[in-house]
Amino acid sequence: MSGDLVFYGFALLTVLSGFFVVASRNVVHAAFSLLFTLFGVAGLYAQLGADFLAVTQTVVYIGGILVLVIFAVMMTRIPRSDAPRRGLDRAVPAAILSLLAFALIYMVIVGTRWPERATGAPEATVAEIGTGLMTTFVFPFEYASLVLLAAMVGAAILIRERAPADVADDAAGDGEVRS
Amino acid sequence: MTVGLEHYLTVSALLFGLGLYAVLTRRNAVALLMGVELILNAANLNFVAFARFVDGGVEGHIVAAFVIVLAAAEAAVALAIVLAMFRNFGTVNVDTVNRLKR
Repeated sequence: MSGDLVFYGFALLTVLSGFFVVASRNVVHAAFSLLFTLFGVAGLYAQLGADFLAVTQTVVYIGGILVLVIFAVMMTRIPRSDAPRRGLDRAVPAAILSLLAFALIYMVIVGTRWPERATGAPEATVAEIGTGLMTTFVFPFEYASLVLLAAMVGAAILIRERAPADVADDAAGDGEVRS
Repeated sequence: MTVGLEHYLTVSALLFGLGLYAVLTRRNAVALLMGVELILNAANLNFVAFARFVDGGVEGHIVAAFVIVLAAAEAAVALAIVLAMFRNFGTVNVDTVNRLKR
């Protein structure tokens, strides 16, 4: 079935590029691999009949979060020599732990009899999601807007330059000011 | 064997394992965040897969959309912290940045 082939293609893209995100020494390469991982997940959403989420994933993750990440990578470039080194002493236990976590989840996946229902052709979900957001999920929906506002204000405060008055205060005190 | 729930869950578990490994080993704060994004994507994939094969409704999709919203908020705040960190310490290595105040 051709749908299966598409699934395996997207799954392979997701996992392989996910591996490069983790394994790449260069953070820029990792960020660009993340693009393909997110795109692969968007493809899997489309395969699962989640049309709205596939588009949201592309717009918000790839168009928003990934651009932010790449900006941060570019703005925090440090010379290659003092780039953080990853010692083998950390990699080996981490690899064992991650593999154990995967093995545990995989055993649960295979060992459980999921109450699967028969799946028909996927239908458009946008109208249903819109109705759901305005009825059952209206409180989380409004709350999410508050969270976004708080995050926006918080991010702006965190990276603002210090006001001249603060700097003058600090110059009289003990700390050196770099901003 | 036709592609079913288990296949999607396996992809999600793989993504989770990779993300966990990134969070455990990465010392660059931005790269560490990428690991967190991988884990969030793995969780989202589970939500959508269960919505399709078990539940049948769109509740899973809505929850996944909320996760995306929170991931966006988290990324904005975390990257602002990373920039402040770089400005104050000159590095984004999470091992060397171990003070809250100068």
